Amino acid sequence: MKQTIPGLSPLPAQEPDNILLAHGSGGRMSARLIESMMLPRFGNPELNLLEDQAVLAVPGGRLAFSTDAFVVRPIFFPGGTIGDLAVNGTVNDVCVSGARPLCLSASFIIEEGLAMADLAKVLDSMAEAARAAGVRIVTGDTKVVDKGACDQLFITTSGIGVLPPDRRLGAAAIRPGDAIVVSGTMGDHGMAIMTTRKGLSFASSVTSDSAALNGLVEVMFRASTAIHAMRDPTRGGLAATLNELAAASATGMIIDETAVPVRPEVRAACEILGIDPMNVANEGKLAAFLPREEAPKVVEAMRSHPLGRDAAIIGRVTAENPGMVIMRTALGAERVVDTPLGEQLPRIC
Amino acid sequence: MKFLNEYRDPDLAKRLIAAIAQTVTRPWTIMEICGGQTHSIVRNGIDQLLPPEIELVHGPGCPVCVTPRETIDRAVDLARRPGLVLCSYGDMLRVPGSDKNLLAVKAEGGDVRVVYSPLEAVALARENPERQVVFLAVGFETTAPGNAMAIIQAEREGLENFSELASHVLVPPAMRALLSEPGNRIHGFLAAGHVCTIMGWRQYDPIADDFGTPIVVTGFEPVDILQGILMTARQLEEGRHEVENQYSRLVRPEGNPAARAAMEAVFEVRDTEWRGLGVIPRSGLCIKKRWRAMDAAVKFGLPRHRERESGRCLGGEILRGRKRPADCPEFARACTPEHPLGAAMVSSEGACAAYYRYGRAGNHPPAAQRSR
Repeated sequence: MKQTIPGLSPLPAQEPDNILLAHGSGGRMSARLIESMMLPRFGNPELNLLEDQAVLAVPGGRLAFSTDAFVVRPIFFPGGTIGDLAVNGTVNDVCVSGARPLCLSASFIIEEGLAMADLAKVLDSMAEAARAAGVRIVTGDTKVVDKGACDQLFITTSGIGVLPPDRRLGAAAIRPGDAIVVSGTMGDHGMAIMTTRKGLSFASSVTSDSAALNGLVEVMFRASTAIHAMRDPTRGGLAATLNELAAASATGMIIDETAVPVRPEVRAACEILGIDPMNVANEGKLAAFLPREEAPKVVEAMRSHPLGRDAAIIGRVTAENPGMVIMRTALGAERVVDTPLGEQLPRIC
Repeated sequence: MKFLNEYRDPDLAKRLIAAIAQTVTRPWTIMEICGGQTHSIVRNGIDQLLPPEIELVHGPGCPVCVTPRETIDRAVDLARRPGLVLCSYGDMLRVPGSDKNLLAVKAEGGDVRVVYSPLEAVALARENPERQVVFLAVGFETTAPGNAMAIIQAEREGLENFSELASHVLVPPAMRALLSEPGNRIHGFLAAGHVCTIMGWRQYDPIADDFGTPIVVTGFEPVDILQGILMTARQLEEGRHEVENQYSRLVRPEGNPAARAAMEAVFEVRDTEWRGLGVIPRSGLCIKKRWRAMDAAVKFGLPRHRERESGRCLGGEILRGRKRPADCPEFARACTPEHPLGAAMVSSEGACAAYYRYGRAGNHPPAAQRSR
């Protein structure tokens, strides 16, 4: 069985001898790791679709099932904690299939010596996030490892949700002519983390957008049932998400540079670090693909929800340049938006 | 963003493009020196909007691209030593050495850290007195003053565990070398705005005179670059060869005297190898004997490494402006940002990487196919 990962150029795979940080960045190298190491061993019809969640047919309907590990450092950052991130991230992976998330599992790997007060703070934020998203944490596991064997606290959450019968979303449903919509500003979470890590005080107003999107998704479906696909652009940012979906749907995508919402403070921090906001992670945003004529009313409905206030149509799906994402620049030229390679490394000058 | 948005104004950019088109009567080849300018040109699609008479070729001003392989090999050597912390700017980590890059050494357990400023490395040395901290000090005249200040600061604090592996290069000697090459095609230069912020522009006067080549000190935003091109094109059409300053909001004729003084205190000029271009006389900086205790090459007795450049990389031809990235048979095939054969594919400022990221939609044909 030959699987191709969306967004990969047809290069001979040359895996390095060791795992690099870039293998976990959500970019090209992450995709290659899944292609070369995971799919040959685990491949099956549900996994091979490489959506954010697996949709499973069960007697009486369909379930969406997803899992995600959270290793963010620091564990507390402006706008969130590793705990609410772990809840929101999995809720979002489930709900972008159109499913209504029901419940989560949570597994904790805790480093010996973690302050009990810090653990309590993380658990409080998880409980609050679960309440806000309307999901319950129904099962879990706790392991403690030697000091140095992990970094403070790692959390893995899994989630299941139920799909209403009329919702059939996925990359395969994307069609040329579809509008591309995002629910808000790009790059807030990644920049909040990066500026906290580096103590960049000029960017202290940047906060993570960590939030559960299932409420917003329901608002969108009330406005239109014709949504073709949704994703939450986390690691690798919007660039990685659009490239994955362009490849998986064999369509092209053209986006308008001036239409992509980015907060001024995020743009400024990106400028200084030499990083493209298109490549920076989000934790409370989604990208949606839907028929052009449906887009205005969906965007209007999104803007009525607190998590969709900055929703915007940023581009369209084309039949030309399949597998490629093109940006129309503010000057009216065109350039390719590529999948980020690995870690976002700040430029030298 | 004040002072940025004004220089990205699409209407102003369009007016400048129209003015360039009205100015040029025949083909001109203009080299932008700095990788930051290359990145901006390709990212904004400026090259697509220019009249066909103007050909932009991308210069060697990407510090990641021209840092010799030997420096990477020496950094790899250091990073493998137990107890040593090697600090570097982020995009140096991916540059291929003879054997491997710093990211690979990090994955094997080497303590390699990304810093945003050399003073962060000084702070690390202060906080970890039991460990040796080495900063990989590369770049042009823009990064040299900061790297000099780090050495001065470390001495002031009496930090004996801080040192720099220095490999600095200077722009004007490279411009002379490019203009002296047989078959040189460069009619005019956009000089690197930030280098001139430090150094001023007076040192370019003799180059403009000796070679009859107009040089315009230029910024990095679309409006800056287009205005720089317009000023260069006007000089070329009028038969002038002067040094002009487009980036006057930052660049003074004498540059930044305090920054120059720090540089001159710590570094001295020497013949230096540029990756892809070879050795250029008096084109780089090394740490003066006075500061030998903080010269990592001396302190750790680093051996010379023999250069083994991949024979398949056309990086040198591309840095000279003779070839364009897509002319290279390995471009986007065997050579990608993931598996770079040469350094120009590594940094987002490298011409090859800029074209790979932003230019694969077929809108950047090889030079041979361009209408002249």
